[in-house]
Amino acid sequence: MAKKNQSVAVHSSFLAHRNYLFLKLSLLICFISIVGYMWADFEPVRNGGTWYGYTLGTIGALLILWLTMLGMRKRWITQGHWSLKGWTSAHIYLGLALLIVATLHTGFQFGWNLHTLSYGLMIGVIASGLFGIYFYATVPRHMSNNRGEMGQADMLDEVENLDRLLRETAQPLNDKYIELVRDSTNKTVLGGNIFKRLSGRDKKCPTQAALKFFREELRTVDNASHGAILDLISVLERKNSLLQHIRKHIRFRALLEFWLYFHIPLTFALLAALTAHIVSVFYYS
Amino acid sequence: MTDIIQIAIIGSGPAGLSAAARAAELNLSHVLIEKTDHLSDTIFKYQKGKHIMATPDQLVLRSDVDFAAGSREDILERWDEQSKSADLNVMLNSEVMEITGTKGNFEIKIKGGKSIKAAYVIMGIGTQGNPNTMRCPGGDLPFVQYQLDDPNAYFDEDIIVIGGGDAGIENALGLCADPKLENRVTLLQRAPDFPKAKEANAKALMSAKNDGRLDVITQATTSSLEKGWINIDVKDGTDRLPCDRVIARMGSAPPRKFVESCGVEFSSPDRLAYPVLSETFETTQPGLYVIGALAGYPLIKHCMNQGYDVVENINGNTGLKPADEPLLQEKFQSLPGQNSVSEWLEFIRSQVEIFRELTPLQMREFMLDSNVHAKKKGDEIFVRNDIGSSLFSIASGSVNVHISPTDHSITVPIGEGQIFGETGLISGRKRNATITAAEDCILIETPRNAARKLISTVPAVKRTVDRIAIERQLLQIFGSGLTRDHLNDIIKDAEVSTAMAGTALITEGDDDTDIYIIQSGSMLVEKMIGDKNVFLSYVPAGSYVGEMALFEEGRRTASVKAAVKSEVIKLQGRHFEKLLAENPALKDKIEDELADRRAMNAYIEGQKSNFDSVADLYGARANFLIEQGLGEATDALLIDETLCIGCDNCEIACAESHDGISRLNREAGTTFANIHVPTSCRHCEHPHCMSDCPPNAITRAPDGEVFINDTCIGCGNCQRYCPYGVIQMEKTPPKKPSLLSWMVFGIGPGPGQADSAWVKKKLSKSKAEAPKKAVKCDMCRGIKGGASCVRACPTGAAIRVSPEAYLGLARKEREMG
Repeated sequence: MAKKNQSVAVHSSFLAHRNYLFLKLSLLICFISIVGYMWADFEPVRNGGTWYGYTLGTIGALLILWLTMLGMRKRWITQGHWSLKGWTSAHIYLGLALLIVATLHTGFQFGWNLHTLSYGLMIGVIASGLFGIYFYATVPRHMSNNRGEMGQADMLDEVENLDRLLRETAQPLNDKYIELVRDSTNKTVLGGNIFKRLSGRDKKCPTQAALKFFREELRTVDNASHGAILDLISVLERKNSLLQHIRKHIRFRALLEFWLYFHIPLTFALLAALTAHIVSVFYYS
Repeated sequence: MTDIIQIAIIGSGPAGLSAAARAAELNLSHVLIEKTDHLSDTIFKYQKGKHIMATPDQLVLRSDVDFAAGSREDILERWDEQSKSADLNVMLNSEVMEITGTKGNFEIKIKGGKSIKAAYVIMGIGTQGNPNTMRCPGGDLPFVQYQLDDPNAYFDEDIIVIGGGDAGIENALGLCADPKLENRVTLLQRAPDFPKAKEANAKALMSAKNDGRLDVITQATTSSLEKGWINIDVKDGTDRLPCDRVIARMGSAPPRKFVESCGVEFSSPDRLAYPVLSETFETTQPGLYVIGALAGYPLIKHCMNQGYDVVENINGNTGLKPADEPLLQEKFQSLPGQNSVSEWLEFIRSQVEIFRELTPLQMREFMLDSNVHAKKKGDEIFVRNDIGSSLFSIASGSVNVHISPTDHSITVPIGEGQIFGETGLISGRKRNATITAAEDCILIETPRNAARKLISTVPAVKRTVDRIAIERQLLQIFGSGLTRDHLNDIIKDAEVSTAMAGTALITEGDDDTDIYIIQSGSMLVEKMIGDKNVFLSYVPAGSYVGEMALFEEGRRTASVKAAVKSEVIKLQGRHFEKLLAENPALKDKIEDELADRRAMNAYIEGQKSNFDSVADLYGARANFLIEQGLGEATDALLIDETLCIGCDNCEIACAESHDGISRLNREAGTTFANIHVPTSCRHCEHPHCMSDCPPNAITRAPDGEVFINDTCIGCGNCQRYCPYGVIQMEKTPPKKPSLLSWMVFGIGPGPGQADSAWVKKKLSKSKAEAPKKAVKCDMCRGIKGGASCVRACPTGAAIRVSPEAYLGLARKEREMG
């Protein structure tokens, strides 16, 4: 029986890890911070300089340091009973709790200064993280469904197959047509820059252009080439549909990745600003 | 020749050589008769430079001839020297044709007409026998040979290998292994395929053929040989091939016939049976002794010790204890009481039912592999869900089986002389109950391999083990209402059979009432609903199917088919019907006990109309997993694609935990309904990879993981045998710079399996060439925290489960939903 329960526990997502343990912990931290903020005595004004402010600031700074350790944990494969899923879960919920802890630490005093810059960077990190949570929670299912029973490599192999088939089918046609098919086999681009990948489309896709061309050509073409062009269209359709799947796949992969291009650099910027913030506070006080 | 020699020793292998050396040392008149022109032909025929092991390590060597691990050449050279210096009376080139006479006056006829008289004969002729020779015209030409010592000794020759057994295939592959030697190798095989060869060898041969490295002609027989040519008959006529050399490997006649002609009885007509021997290796022909491989001992050290012991014994030293005596003594030391080894052996033999028909010699050998435990009352022997496949026998005392997983107080006793743990032994699955000592007891624990050997060599043991397994299962099915007496007829007519994957044992709608016990493999229970086959449940080895038919009047309500190749015991339903008809009280009692299961069946029947596409999908998913080999898995890695973000951190973790080589390939493998089965070891219950590992380097650890240890010789057999393609042959890559120096300074390739360019660049600097070895998942054996791939998955997509757990889980979700 214990075994079964364990396997239920093992098979839960990072959000539901250990029955939402870290969500509960974060809510508790937020609750205590808010209650403390209400009840504690602050003179002359509520800000980071009071004893309560320092406490929240210390907790926040330690949290930030610990949260950045996820990158290390992920790559540092040591022995022991740690679970990266647990770390991810904690990273998410404690990271969100930081929103409350750090905001209370500011005492709602904002200005054009280093301190607020640190705060802003932190909000940036958390905001990009929110995108990450959303994508991690939703994209894999779409990605798996889009891919069906094929793997990434299978899909690329299939493109190669279809290209071979295209060349063979186009053989009996005239040079003008062959040129278009050659564009499809040689000039079709998958991926590209981040915007292209995120769009999941390629408006200038030569395969799509060829398909469109041949469909129209069908109306005017002589009987001799009619059959061959029909064949060609059916292969082009298959390739086009496969390309759409691949571009979608690339888009999903990009979605899972692109938020990190904000999250990670902002984190380093935050660490720098945070260091400056702490040093300046202690230096000038 | 009227002189009678004291001891004639036939065969100069390790056993015979050691016997002769002892006889020489004791100044007994002796002769060592050897068929070939050199000593120890079997070892002589080993490949050049082969390293010979001296196992078992803990056994002391008791011989006048030295032996330690070393190369074939060193060992043979030492033996040659010592046989000269010890003044052995050796007769080379002497093939024994016949042995007649009795103790004190044996006559040994030697090919060529010579004959020798001896008081005692020791036979150490091994199991190799005589190679079958070419009988066609030209078969005696000098370019025909019956063995291949060094495959690299020939250059630019047309070589014909005759015979598609393992020896022929291995020779042919050896000859074409190095293309620089430019030999043109052709293998001739009489049959259309290769039924006698190991599957791995046959596969390797066909792939070599496809690569164009050698030629294979099947259904071919040799009609004649002449200088430079071979004439063959093939399927559609005759053919003539150029031929510089013929290597004929057409099997050998086993020496059994010859040994039997000397008046020696064998233990059974079985092809693998050994001669019947006394504790002193004397055969049923008094004065004639058999030692070494022919006596069933393939290890050199055993053979040499036996040679020594037998000669001492003949010389009147009957009190000599065998060399393994101290090992056994040590084993028995932990037991209460100060009995001698032979007293303990006799005690165990007479106490335990399955050992009663063993000879003292078998008892000894088998105890060397086993362990004895003295347990105090209440001690745990094993716990439910432990991994273990050893067999326990109770020499004294008794144990309790805790049959209920929840209520520890429900127990069934197993008494003195009985065995337990046989389910794990047969099925290879986890223990299905916890067992504790009911009183102080003495237990013998026999590891799986030794127990299986025992079962296969002593028919009485197999009969007993099968009977006990049936009895236990029946008691489990019918509960306590049944007694042993009820079962006699049922057990008498029980049939053990093998069901290939997909075979139906029970077909829905039939009206038979037979019951099946699943000994190994697993079953799928399916039901036709509408026009669809809906998967109902998965039944692992150690369980039973078909018992409900006895109580459900009418026809079978579901079909049961084998998920993988399985071994089942079929019990005749008519005996049960008779039994229940005769005992209405028993029937009522059993029906009560089965109420739960009936309720479950009723539930399924009632839900029939609600079985929608969900059930359908669930069934399809189960079928998919079975196809992926999870039917025989004990622990497998699955990826829930609804959570997988494709970060490949599982692969990185795997490589980081295992010398920089990832043993799993996440992307590869198959997917169905969002479940992905990556290319990674399933730790099968009877692993295919283990079936033919020459150094026995693949084993199952106590926790269930199947792993390859350091003694791997890189032969690649396991890779060829694995149906799931999870074993790779890899060189250990060079060590990477630390994680920190990569993170901070960007030195090295970073975490995970290093790209091949980096490895190549790094290796080009060092001269050392690492050999390739087989690598596969070992479930992070010895790594605290368990499987790294699962621990390193950031989203919980990677899960490791046993198939029961997974299928059971999915079913539960569906029922609740």
